[in-house]
Amino acid sequence: MRGKAKEMTPEVTWQEITPGGTIYEPGNAEGYKTGDWRSMRPVWIEEKCTQCMLCPPVCPDTAIPVKDSKRLDFDYDHCKGCGVCFKVCPFDAIDFIKEEDKEE
Amino acid sequence: MAYNLKQVMNKPERLTGGHRMCAGCGAPVTVRTVLRALKPEDHAVCCSATGCLEVSTFLYPYTAWKDSFIHSAFENAGATLSGAEAAYTALRRKGRMNESYKFIAFGGDGGTYDIGLQSLSGAMERGHDMVYICYDNEAYMNTGIQRSSGTPRYADTTTSPQGTEMPGKMQYKKDLTGVMAAHRIPYVAQSTLTSNFKDLYEKSEKAIYTKGPAFMNVLSPCPRGWRYNTPDLMEICKLAVETCIWPLYEVEDGKWKLNYKPKKKLPITEYLKPQGRFKHLFTDENRHLIDNIQEDIDKKWEELLKKCGEDS
Amino acid sequence: MSIRERLSGNEAIAVAMRQINPDVVAAFPITPSTEIPQYFSQFVSNGQVQTEFVAVESEHSAMSACIGAQAAGARTMTATSANGLALMWEMLYIASAMKLPITLSCVNRALSGPLNIHNDHSDSMGARDSGWIQLYSETNQEAYDNLLQAIRIAEHKDVQLPVMVCQDGFITSHAVENIELLEDEKVKEFVGEYKPDHYLLNHKEPIAVGPLDLPAHCFEHKREQAQSMINAKKVILEVAKEFEKLTGRKYEYFEKYNLDDAEIAIVIINSSAGTAKTVVDKLRDNGIKAGLLKIRMFRPFPADEIAEALKNVKALAVMDKAESYSAIGGPVGAEVKSALYGKADGIKVLNYIYGLGGRDVRADDIEEVYNSLMDIVKTGQIGEIYRYVGVRG
Repeated sequence: MRGKAKEMTPEVTWQEITPGGTIYEPGNAEGYKTGDWRSMRPVWIEEKCTQCMLCPPVCPDTAIPVKDSKRLDFDYDHCKGCGVCFKVCPFDAIDFIKEEDKEE
Repeated sequence: MAYNLKQVMNKPERLTGGHRMCAGCGAPVTVRTVLRALKPEDHAVCCSATGCLEVSTFLYPYTAWKDSFIHSAFENAGATLSGAEAAYTALRRKGRMNESYKFIAFGGDGGTYDIGLQSLSGAMERGHDMVYICYDNEAYMNTGIQRSSGTPRYADTTTSPQGTEMPGKMQYKKDLTGVMAAHRIPYVAQSTLTSNFKDLYEKSEKAIYTKGPAFMNVLSPCPRGWRYNTPDLMEICKLAVETCIWPLYEVEDGKWKLNYKPKKKLPITEYLKPQGRFKHLFTDENRHLIDNIQEDIDKKWEELLKKCGEDS
Repeated sequence: MSIRERLSGNEAIAVAMRQINPDVVAAFPITPSTEIPQYFSQFVSNGQVQTEFVAVESEHSAMSACIGAQAAGARTMTATSANGLALMWEMLYIASAMKLPITLSCVNRALSGPLNIHNDHSDSMGARDSGWIQLYSETNQEAYDNLLQAIRIAEHKDVQLPVMVCQDGFITSHAVENIELLEDEKVKEFVGEYKPDHYLLNHKEPIAVGPLDLPAHCFEHKREQAQSMINAKKVILEVAKEFEKLTGRKYEYFEKYNLDDAEIAIVIINSSAGTAKTVVDKLRDNGIKAGLLKIRMFRPFPADEIAEALKNVKALAVMDKAESYSAIGGPVGAEVKSALYGKADGIKVLNYIYGLGGRDVRADDIEEVYNSLMDIVKTGQIGEIYRYVGVRG
């Protein structure tokens, strides 16, 4: 398969670029990190979480991964800190803090 | 099988993270839910009109779509995808295609209510086996919040700004869902983001798996354009439904069905108040305009109840 | 063993399409190309082809649907004229940029305004910068032959560009003439099957087509597209050679008619070349060294080859059946003159606008042009270089 996205850098030549602007790797945006957009950060409080699953579908960035009907911790590579999940959680199991206040 | 949120959330994600939509945008939430309704073993060809969704999810060299995806221009998602669907029909007829594909087009209210209306109408009229989802954020958001025919009356937009002579957009919102129902296609529905996503998911399932053309209009709030507190996405959608400004209904083979009737219909001020685009209505000079909006909603709600065979 | 028939230009195109049996045809009617989708939909209705015919609601949607179908993996064809081509203008550019080998029969008709349904070249000339390969046809035979070759040219791996095959509206499209057709099987064998490497309906390798392309990458994509057009020059000759083996009919970038020793000549496109050839014959009978160059391939433009072919001509008139409104001439005039520059600077070149809005082009008009060329040779004075013939006043 020609033309992997990571080869399509700002230095790629016209001879190497994918013709027509076609991309051959479905879903490769996953490799693009949008986590640095955050100024606020959701924090998962696992002990309070009842796994009601109301938060994973509201995330615009698919940043709440799900496995076996259970949510996992936030995907901070992609979370933009919109706070929608924080608002929908009925159990206060998501905290919403300033990004700069995050625990290292 | 009855809808079970915990079960459906195990289905594979077909729109990845890493796209450039704004934080808190309603559109990708809509897209994720619609695509979730596909059976995991089914393949899809997705299409988007130019707009927020397209430019953010398909910015060279990245695509957030796990299925095959095509974008060609702004006003032709309906026509473009009907071409792909025609290709599928032809290849199957010629014995060169054994797989089963679903065809799902997305367009904003700009690319659907206005510039894309013709090609949508044509695609629906021709009976292609495809779904068209309008993610309605009620203005041309991608180019900077200009009014569309989907913008509600008196909303402030950059081409219908509120000023001393005019309090925002003067025309009523176009009833696109009604227009599509008049096409007499097998399935038409109006939906939005509800807390367990049952409404949007089940309707998406019906739209995708009903043979022939299907159309869904999904209210997808825009935090930038509507100017509400970003984390309140789901609350805004809830208020739209509870005030009856955005009723949830289906038209299946011409039969109108109301999906949700609020026990207590909230006054429209509840919906307008949290949104900056309606802020100018809460002055003494403009308060009567809110009454005008309320009258209009009440009238349309009664009409809808009648159509759906519901009591007032 | 070819099939001898009598067909109009539109019928010839429709027959070619039937024999090609494309996967998808998405078309909208417009005079004078309307008959093409009409004939073709009759073939569909009678099961003579297995094509999915999409009766779209506008030409913009026609090209949009063609793009969707071709990208999905289907061999896709369409037809239009004039404002239909103009309505799909943005999509023409997009089809080429997306490297989709769609084929389109353009039945040349004047672009509005005013509204005029008759022949001139303003429509396809208006699309000359869109990235489509353009082949022009003097007769129904050429239109038929060009369309068959167009499939092979477009789909060639070094090209992957859309192709439009042009013929004059009404004059060629509606006039019945003798034609030699290939047998169905020969056409099928010649065009082969469409086998794209990448297409939407391939769940094993899903693709995304039509991105937002920022300044970091857009220029490289356009350069790649330009290279495909450059590559097309060679491919067009290769396909023509193969076609000649099959039919005995020879095609190149242009046709030279009595040009080799010509002192005066015209450059012309499509049906009026037929009229002009009779004038050349008459002049030759009178001992005048007149010649003609009829362009077949306008995009890509065979600049070097045209300069080489014309280099010994003393006075040249480039005939344009379209205006550029450059205030100095038409599109073909501009391209030919730029091709000659630095290669054949001694030639005195006139640019004539003729035949707009279906104005009848008579042998007299062509003779008038040759007469002015003879005057130039005699007097050495070129006079006005931007001229009109056939317009009153």
